Amino acid sequence: MSLDLLVSHYNYWVVIFLMMVGFYILISRGNLIKKIVGLNVFQTSVFMLYISMSKVSAGTPPILVDPYGEADVLFSNPLPHVLILTAIVVGIATTSVGLALAVRIKEAYGTIEEDEINAIEARTEATG
Amino acid sequence: MSAHLPVLQVVVPLLAAPFCLFLRRGRAAWGLAVLASLASWVIALALLRRVLAEGVLSYAIGDWVPPIGIEYRVDVVNAWVLLIVSTIGAAVSLYAGTSVEREVEAPRIPLFYAAYLLCLSGLLGITITGDVFNVFVFLEISSLSAYALIALGQARRALTSAFRYLIMGSVGATFIVIGIGLLYVMTGTLNMADLAQLLPGVWDSNTVKVAYGFLAVGFCLKLALFPLHLWLPNAYTYAPSAVTAFMASTATKVAVYMLLRFFLSIFGAPFSFGVMALDRVLLPLALVAIVSMSLVAVFQVNAKRLLAYSSVAQIGYMILGLSFATATGLTATVLHLFNHALMKGALFMALGCVMYRVGSVHINAMAGLGRRMPWTMGAFVVGGLSLVGVPLTVGFVSKWYLILAALERGWWPVAVLVLLASLLALVYVWRVVEVAYFREFPGEEETREAPWTLLGPTWALVALNLYFGIDAARTADIARRAAEVLMAGIGS
Repeated sequence: MSLDLLVSHYNYWVVIFLMMVGFYILISRGNLIKKIVGLNVFQTSVFMLYISMSKVSAGTPPILVDPYGEADVLFSNPLPHVLILTAIVVGIATTSVGLALAVRIKEAYGTIEEDEINAIEARTEATG
Repeated sequence: MSAHLPVLQVVVPLLAAPFCLFLRRGRAAWGLAVLASLASWVIALALLRRVLAEGVLSYAIGDWVPPIGIEYRVDVVNAWVLLIVSTIGAAVSLYAGTSVEREVEAPRIPLFYAAYLLCLSGLLGITITGDVFNVFVFLEISSLSAYALIALGQARRALTSAFRYLIMGSVGATFIVIGIGLLYVMTGTLNMADLAQLLPGVWDSNTVKVAYGFLAVGFCLKLALFPLHLWLPNAYTYAPSAVTAFMASTATKVAVYMLLRFFLSIFGAPFSFGVMALDRVLLPLALVAIVSMSLVAVFQVNAKRLLAYSSVAQIGYMILGLSFATATGLTATVLHLFNHALMKGALFMALGCVMYRVGSVHINAMAGLGRRMPWTMGAFVVGGLSLVGVPLTVGFVSKWYLILAALERGWWPVAVLVLLASLLALVYVWRVVEVAYFREFPGEEETREAPWTLLGPTWALVALNLYFGIDAARTADIARRAAEVLMAGIGS
């Protein structure tokens, strides 16, 4: 792997790093809040993937500079930005549902640690 | 009016959902939910009739011409899935009135119906849309409301099950977004028909193959293909009965539809089977799912969990049909989408009746119910026979086409395995039937038959199980046409 590839695609390396960090937290942590944080990092990496993909080299922000569109201006693709706005809203909704569930789990079990919840469940199952 | 049917299909339940919240009273919200889901059932019937007569319908949202605007595109395949979802949606909404009053606290009932209608409109939206990003949006609408619905279950484990589903479901959906994003970068379009035309030009690129991989994992998580099924058993076991009946018959079916739509209509059969070897990846997973999950189901003590594991096995049958990579195999898959929705809907509804009267769905708690609740257990027996694949039920028709497809490919061992797994289904259905019919009723108190408001919708689905088991010509014909459409790809 050449240094050139590393440098020219650095945005993708950042995305992959974040994605793996988020995914690792999601899998390895037993704390439900930490799991949600992991999910957030994971989702954010995808937002960055979309946003950096649509950047056109030497392109301006996609704002109309002259009203008739006559000037030959190179601009970045705005569509993925708009798409990811939707995905961000979805991410917020997912996070809030997840946190609401975590609150109710805390009320029901008195803990948000996965292994403690499993232990409580195993005990209730054993006692019937 | 009739020109706007495709958008009304989604908009009617979507708009009814917030009104359920404003109504504030459980009964009123239920009435609205029933009206909205019956309306979308009528729309789905009308759409299917029109598609069968006239061919593909295309609807441009807001008059923005595709591929720039969002297109709703109805062909035989998704008109069929729309009918499945809305039929179950209507039956469950009628059933929910009595069942939910017992299982969900009164102040939460309007919230229940709002979430139910959102879930229904999300599933209908995934099915009807011709825009890949729109698929993701509706997927999240249906998933988020599904998490809330599952969390409304009585046991506290409903909460942890919903949380686990939320984590795994969100990972699946995020994988799907990555796939969609990569496809957009390669083609510059989100319209399905447009993608289908542009993709063959970039088949060789690694980006498209990576997109395919992300999409495959995302869909398989959503449709609970072994070994990505871990969220399913608990979610189905601890959700309220009406929710289980609805989810088991619709959510995974729509996920299978997404898989078929993306991999056959958009990428095309030559790419999926020829370049990516989808069939060879899915075949072993499907076979392991069928055998291992049927075995696990045999050893369950909770009847709902037993049927949940059986659902994972049945999903294996659907994926098996796809992995034959032939028109007959796909016919079996599309047919089983409908048939499995009918049988699992009826079975979970029958368990909901048991829950209503007995308060538990543990197999031991069902002792002697055959005499006490003859109609409920009768529905369970017919549904169970359908699950096994006994002639005169829809289950037989599905198995028939599956085995036909296996023999067509000359895969004898697969056909034998399908038959053996049917015997396993017989074993686990028999475990419930034996306890219900051949054990004495332990309690002294009078346990009566479930009310007709629960039995009516249950037996409506049971009747459909029998009707389409005896007269399969119609459903098989539609399934065959759908399979041909899928094999041909969206462009033609």
